[in-house]
Amino acid sequence: MSMAYRTLETNETYILQAERVKKQNRKKSFLKGMLFLLPSILLFGAFVFYPMFKTIYLSFFLTNAQGATTVYVGWENYKALITDPIFMKSVKNTFLFVFYTVPTTVVISLALAVVANEKLKGIGFFRTIFSSTMGVSVAAASVFWLYLFNPTMGLLNKFLEVFGLEAIEWLTDPKWALLAVSATTIWMNIGFTFLILLGGLQSIDSSLYESADIEGTGYFYKLRRITIPMLSPTFFFVITVSIINAFQTFGQIDILTQGGPANGTNLIVYSIYREAFVNYQFGSASAQAVVLFILILLMTALQFKLGERKVHYQ
Amino acid sequence: MMLTTGKKITFYVLLVISAFLLAGPAIMAIVMSFMTNQDILTGSLPKTFTFDNYIAAFDRLPLLQFLFNSLVVAIVITLGQLMLSALAAYAFVFLEFKGRDLLFYLFIATMMVPFEASVIPNFHMIRDLGWIDSYAGMTVPFFATTFGTFLLRQNFKQIPKELREASMIAGMGDVKFYLTVVLPVSRTSLVTLGIYGFLTSWNMYLWPLLSTTNDTVRTVQIGLKQLQTQEQLNQWGVMMAGAVIVIIPTLILLFAGQKKLQTGLTEGAVK
Repeated sequence: MSMAYRTLETNETYILQAERVKKQNRKKSFLKGMLFLLPSILLFGAFVFYPMFKTIYLSFFLTNAQGATTVYVGWENYKALITDPIFMKSVKNTFLFVFYTVPTTVVISLALAVVANEKLKGIGFFRTIFSSTMGVSVAAASVFWLYLFNPTMGLLNKFLEVFGLEAIEWLTDPKWALLAVSATTIWMNIGFTFLILLGGLQSIDSSLYESADIEGTGYFYKLRRITIPMLSPTFFFVITVSIINAFQTFGQIDILTQGGPANGTNLIVYSIYREAFVNYQFGSASAQAVVLFILILLMTALQFKLGERKVHYQ
Repeated sequence: MMLTTGKKITFYVLLVISAFLLAGPAIMAIVMSFMTNQDILTGSLPKTFTFDNYIAAFDRLPLLQFLFNSLVVAIVITLGQLMLSALAAYAFVFLEFKGRDLLFYLFIATMMVPFEASVIPNFHMIRDLGWIDSYAGMTVPFFATTFGTFLLRQNFKQIPKELREASMIAGMGDVKFYLTVVLPVSRTSLVTLGIYGFLTSWNMYLWPLLSTTNDTVRTVQIGLKQLQTQEQLNQWGVMMAGAVIVIIPTLILLFAGQKKLQTGLTEGAVK
């Protein structure tokens, strides 16, 4: 409506008035935008940004058991971490854990998704089964596997017995414990990863396959030349999420091993939990949390840098 | 594409084997939860069918109370997430104002801060608010989600902008347009996000462990952990009964909403 007026009137008072109205409108739309965003912004401020800065702040202090700062120690908490063999072991364990879990989960889930993407009778049932571990909580999954890994009664050692192999102390042998926790985690994460990859497969344009069919190309050729490249954005997402998840692992450690044997499965988040809520060393626990934050940031950045070149967007 | 019979059989064999391996642990748990302790300890196949493990599980812990707590916590978080993400997504799609892009980056930045890395000040804050052992302390920190906002933003973007302009000319305000047009049109995405929110909050472990100290608000996940630490006599049947109780609600929800989740999550994830 104001457009119509503008062509008719061009005197100065009008321009001033228009400016004022514009300013008012801008203010109004800003307020309206904030109204819609304010709940989220307030909660993010209180439960994400403030705690993040507070963690960095705490990492330069010693605290009492209530978490109040007592002595400023500068970089001492960080220096202590670098020379602490237990913390360094937890960092190493975490990277190993990522290395054990992420590629295996993605490869198994991809294989499942490819098979479950075929148009076969009853395929819906199999899709449901394959995604079902997404509905199993970390506590329940850990209880299942706690039994499977039980050295005397567990199903895994019973299988070994059938084949005449020696029983394995899955959760208390330093050689096996981290692998055992990784196996549990892989099983748990297959559901979600499968679901996302299947969604990715189904969004691939079917005409690509049709033209490949006309040319008479084979199954694995199509898999390699069409499916995998077209799926790359989904891979990128799934791998990033899996790595971040692996860095945040806590529940399965708490139930299966409590970080043992000899800190063999002590991952960073479990180490933070122990330092803060068992030993009440909030300063040094915060320093560990900052290290975790930086590691996740670096991994994500690296992932984006490497992924950018390889990802093929449709 | 037509499959030859040979290929079909190969696929079915693969499907059945993988399904068996993946569902194995859960099936085993369900079977064990109905077995007598003696059968389990001697490692025999189930000879008698019994509900004793379930009775024992409910006997040893206030499981009904825990289930109720989990239900309240999961529903409150889900509703909170739906409300806040829908509002934020609306602002990012339909409203134009100064600083919007900056706020958008602020939302992205939250994804870089894992909850586990900021859990210490969060715990102190909840404690200082007097929210330990309260539903508020267990739910409010999780209301705002970037993932939810992005998922809904993706969906709201498909609503033509002209529709809003027309509504504005017809004298409809943003609030009314949001409530009567945007939300009903985006029902499917809201349901998807709701299912996802419920699943993840029902399954939460670290935060309920930290923020509860007694049975009044404790969730069923922590109950399961209690059941496990109490077990000295290797009563696996009781533990499995507990675990089965924990996973049944989420499995039902997942079976009902698997298709929605799959399309919804992929949309939100990839583009």
